[in-house]
Amino acid sequence: MTSPLLQVKGLVKRFGEHTVLDGVDIDVAEHQVVVLIGASGSGKSTLLRCVNLQEDIDDGQILLDGEDISDPRVNADVARRGMGVVFQAFNLFPHLSVLDNVTLAPRVVHGVDRATATERGAALLGRVGLADKADAFPDRLSGGQQQRVAIVRALAYEPRLLLLDEITSALDPELVGEVLTLVRELAEQGRTILMATHEMGFARQVADRVCFLDGGVLVESGPPEQVLAEPTRERTRQFLRRVIASGRL
Amino acid sequence: MTSDSGAREPSALHVDRVAYRRSRARRSTLVALVSTLVFAAAVWFGVTSSPGWPRVRSSFFDLHSAASSFPAILAGLWLNIRVLLVCEVLVLALGLGIAALRTLRGPVWFPLRALATGYVDLFRGLPLIICLYLVGFGLPGLRLTGIPNDPVVLGGIALVLIYSAYVAEVFRAGIESVHPSQRAAARSIGLTHAQTMRIVVVPQAIRRVLPPLLNDFVALQKDCGLISVLGAIDAVRAAQIASAQLYDFTPYVVAGLLFVLLAVPCARLADGAARRLARREGTL
Repeated sequence: MTSPLLQVKGLVKRFGEHTVLDGVDIDVAEHQVVVLIGASGSGKSTLLRCVNLQEDIDDGQILLDGEDISDPRVNADVARRGMGVVFQAFNLFPHLSVLDNVTLAPRVVHGVDRATATERGAALLGRVGLADKADAFPDRLSGGQQQRVAIVRALAYEPRLLLLDEITSALDPELVGEVLTLVRELAEQGRTILMATHEMGFARQVADRVCFLDGGVLVESGPPEQVLAEPTRERTRQFLRRVIASGRL
Repeated sequence: MTSDSGAREPSALHVDRVAYRRSRARRSTLVALVSTLVFAAAVWFGVTSSPGWPRVRSSFFDLHSAASSFPAILAGLWLNIRVLLVCEVLVLALGLGIAALRTLRGPVWFPLRALATGYVDLFRGLPLIICLYLVGFGLPGLRLTGIPNDPVVLGGIALVLIYSAYVAEVFRAGIESVHPSQRAAARSIGLTHAQTMRIVVVPQAIRRVLPPLLNDFVALQKDCGLISVLGAIDAVRAAQIASAQLYDFTPYVVAGLLFVLLAVPCARLADGAARRLARREGTL
């Protein structure tokens, strides 16, 4: 049996005195979708940023494909090429056209020539229904369109692992669906995804495993039908009661 | 009527509103016109009725002096323009380089960062005229081989030293105004720090600091006239010479007007460029 694509072992992250992640262990096997749930401030986003090596960690290990990428001797720029990130606030480059946003990494980081990158980028944009927006600039697009571009940008260099950080939280309710549909397609294609979300309904349908974080601790994890329907821990039950009360489940 | 391809008759209410707005606009224009004319007339009479006006007019606004000094001043201005263009290119390059050094993080870069900070502190604080003297008379005084003797080159060096410090701070403000999430996104797709700066951060920063950069460009345009203190025959020096020959100050006014005329199109060009970029990116 091969080891999981991503292994997070005993991850600790502090901001000053405040411990945001307190010894978190999470594995993501190839072709799996693992969903992080938890209240705001529970450490979901910080965990994703740590995995993408955007934060120095205070203890523990992050292994991608068996390699300890949290080792300071590892070239972080190279390690990040194996991961694609989609952010809550899209973070598209406003001074570049949609197509240039998508082809930037293949051209600059992976040395793909412009013609090939453009062809592949246009094909990817076509698959998410944005072929006609290739030459537009991001600020001209709706939130849902921008987020789909951001997903294509993260896919353009075929990363082995996708990190999705509450990618529907900044969208108007009627635009959430188009983005989640796209993520569902990616899951069906067998992409490996680690995502933080507040969309419990989506988590239940798409996730292979749900991990509940609270106060920087992994309280409970397992198949969605277990964690979301029959949680064993009181903290999980409390969280889900609050979610139900807010009408999100 | 609804089938009439949207050509709906405006309601009486709307027609009335349009008429009212138009009458208010006419009134505002009239008020502005009259008040401007009254003010201009007051200034004109105030100046021309002053006891010294005849003397001032003959020594500052003498058409004959203006005409006879104009060719020499224009020739001098051509030197200013050449100095300006060369200096501006060097200032932008050096300023951006210094700004980039100041944004480096991590202890390895401390010496470069400290050097850049020291440079900015020194040359932003040093008066330009003193820098001109130090470079213009001090550098050749060292009698080293390879040091230029030409006052134009030496003056240009002094201008570049001072203005790079200002422009570096403008660039740095622009670089720091780009939201950290842009850097995070750039690094997440695998760009290195240098690629992130070059492709993502600096292009956005430059768009934002275009107006203050232009401000420094116009200031540099004027200060190019200061190389005259080193003996270069530029527009200011030519005016000075003409003024001494003609016993009046009109050549200075001519030179001043030429500098103003030079500044106006630059301002319009940069405004236009900034607007085009904003429109293209949908941020206007």
